[in-house]
Amino acid sequence: MNELALAAFAAEHGIHPRTEARTARFAAFSMRFDARGYLGALERQGLRWLARSDRAFPPLLREISDSPSGLFLRGDAPPELLARPAVAIVGARACSGYGAQVARMLGRELAAAGLVVVSGLARGIDGEAHRGALEAAGATVAVLGCGVDRDYPAAHAELAGRIAATGLVVSEYAPRVEPAPWRFPARNRIVAGLAQATVVVEARERSGALITADFALEEGREVYACPGEITSALSAGTNALLRLGATPLTSSADVLELFGLEAAVEVEVDLDAPARAILQRLDGPTSADELVRASGLDAGVAAAALSELELAGLVATSDGVYRRTGR
Amino acid sequence: MLARAVTHALVGLEARRVEVEAHLQGSLPAFTIVGLADRACQEAKERVRSGVRSAECQWPEGRITVNLAPAALRKEGAGFDLPIALAVLAASGQIPRAELERHAVHGELALDGRVRPVAGVFAVAEGAKRARLPRIICAAQTAPEAALAGIHPVPVWHLAEAVAYLRGELEPEPIPPRNGVAPVAGPDLADVHGQERARRALEIAAAGRHNLLLGGPPGTGKTMLARRLPGLLPQLDESASLEVTRIHSVAGILRIEHPLVTTPPFRAPHHTASAAAIVGGGRGPRPGEASLAHHGVLLLDELPEFVRPALEALRQPLEDGVISVARAEGTALYPASFQLVGTMNLCPCGARGDPAVACTCSSQRLAAYGNKLSRALLDRFDLVVVVPRPRAAELAAGESEASAAVRLRVAAARSRLAEHTPARDEKADALLTRAVEQLPLSGRGRARVARVAATIAALSGGDAVESAHVAEAISYRAPKELKGQ
Repeated sequence: MNELALAAFAAEHGIHPRTEARTARFAAFSMRFDARGYLGALERQGLRWLARSDRAFPPLLREISDSPSGLFLRGDAPPELLARPAVAIVGARACSGYGAQVARMLGRELAAAGLVVVSGLARGIDGEAHRGALEAAGATVAVLGCGVDRDYPAAHAELAGRIAATGLVVSEYAPRVEPAPWRFPARNRIVAGLAQATVVVEARERSGALITADFALEEGREVYACPGEITSALSAGTNALLRLGATPLTSSADVLELFGLEAAVEVEVDLDAPARAILQRLDGPTSADELVRASGLDAGVAAAALSELELAGLVATSDGVYRRTGR
Repeated sequence: MLARAVTHALVGLEARRVEVEAHLQGSLPAFTIVGLADRACQEAKERVRSGVRSAECQWPEGRITVNLAPAALRKEGAGFDLPIALAVLAASGQIPRAELERHAVHGELALDGRVRPVAGVFAVAEGAKRARLPRIICAAQTAPEAALAGIHPVPVWHLAEAVAYLRGELEPEPIPPRNGVAPVAGPDLADVHGQERARRALEIAAAGRHNLLLGGPPGTGKTMLARRLPGLLPQLDESASLEVTRIHSVAGILRIEHPLVTTPPFRAPHHTASAAAIVGGGRGPRPGEASLAHHGVLLLDELPEFVRPALEALRQPLEDGVISVARAEGTALYPASFQLVGTMNLCPCGARGDPAVACTCSSQRLAAYGNKLSRALLDRFDLVVVVPRPRAAELAAGESEASAAVRLRVAAARSRLAEHTPARDEKADALLTRAVEQLPLSGRGRARVARVAATIAALSGGDAVESAHVAEAISYRAPKELKGQ
């Protein structure tokens, strides 16, 4: 119960919950702290507390050097979900269309193969990774850098709700704690700590995602980076990681190999002739106009074929160009 | 001694009968105008006085009172000069009073007595026609415009001419009507190389009167494409043509050579335009750009750069096809059933979607950019196309299909749609349901896809909407990057 008191104390004073607090202030606080009442209040909000001493606390997270005193949980999934094999997918908030598609594809394919996808609910790569996992009806965990009851960023409130419905939204911060810049690097250590492997999809030179990768490296976890164009600022961070020796990620199979898992079997879909013709010519990002000219199809027929491929999950579009999603 | 001339004042697009009464009293010389006249109208005094002298008529001695009745109606503009001058002349017995009362009169006076054209003659002539007045005396330049209302115009160049006509000394030469002039050729689609997808979207938009949003990095031809939409639209039918002519007449933008507007109007206000400039307003409200684009195309280039009130004000006309401008003096209704075409970059710096340049926008700026367009407005665009940067090879290519060929297909699809809306067959329905679940598509999104699919079916010449038509319609939905995600 001392762990819960520590988390509540940290929330009250706006400090980082350290593992040991031997100050007189904390001693006084824990003397008058009503743990049972606090847990009751949590329960009424539909939240739970998972202390580090709890047997269900994820062993991987317990191992890290600055392990949190416990986690607040939002969502219906059992806490054992956190102990399942997990992979963290992180990256830039202002990502490119390419990055968004890779994140979504990885989220979907890794979750479909049975891994838990862990990320930070941020805009861009994080959100796409969560969405991908949800698309595959897989499990996903969002780690917040603020109170577990808050939806931050607000634009992802709906996404957080969907994650909580099947997975978990977790935070080391007690309810109502405001997001603050210094809390996000601390959050990243939990993201990295929950996962055996961390994938950085896109990162600028000084990106928060690189902090996550650093934590993962420190704990001796596997770090993957998606190669990007060397001229793109959005790939400067990931390319630097590769230079330092991170494993290049070329497909979700690279990650699955680490876990000894097989990719989920893609369902074969019946495609009509125009859709097959388009798919054949879709090799790297291509605009609809180029596909029309290459295939010799009418613009309308090509548009219909592209929609069909999109609905079949074989093709994705962003910023006016189409890409294959699987391989 | 009292005399009366009849003219009309405009409230919105509606002409209200105004009687100009002039009364002479033998006392100290004075000239007053009463009856809620605005500045331009008050200044009529000076123009009328020197106009009458220039027409070699006599300025009556004594006190002249001009009353514009009904007194509660606000009168604006210089169109009252001519009726005031004639009423004064009739009151002083220089022209027959009974003859003046059988005419509607409208026009501005120059100091040398010339009659100048004023805006809104068509609407005034319509009012005169409704009031069963057989003739309208107006500036010669605006006579063809007045004739469109089905009234006999008396074209005059000078006040002296009007006086001579009313005295029965002169029958002004009739001005031949100048309608049905061939449309002026706009920019042609043949100039657009490549851009197959956007061209196809333009054709669908033209056929189904769908609102179209073109996104993409700068310099990819969004504006060029948008400007070619009016050239794909069929000519206006008679009633639409008269409606547009009325609005353009009130706004004073009719072309004197051929006043009847037969081609769909095209308006492209600059992005600094205020809400009032777009939907209409001001004191004694005037039609805005949205009304001037009635039965035509309203192009908002760089859509997110427009001020938000201006964009939000467009939601009412997009829904109802009319704008009601409420002012303390009353409400004016302006028809505004236009086709909206917007263009925008994908991000504030504009580099997004361009493979050659890296976007430098932060996620906050991106989100703010997406939020600039409310979901409600974005929902009004049936077709959204992201225009990628064309390759050099495309730009060097030869001519593409010309607007005239596309216009024929559009006209055929329009007449097919006018007969009946094609219904979806079973497979098309199944595909639409699948899309709603999978994409996901909102209720409004589903309705949009269904509408566009019906247009595509009509363009293809079929009676039913097939699954390929629905699939194509799905590809023109708003991509998530425009929704601030």
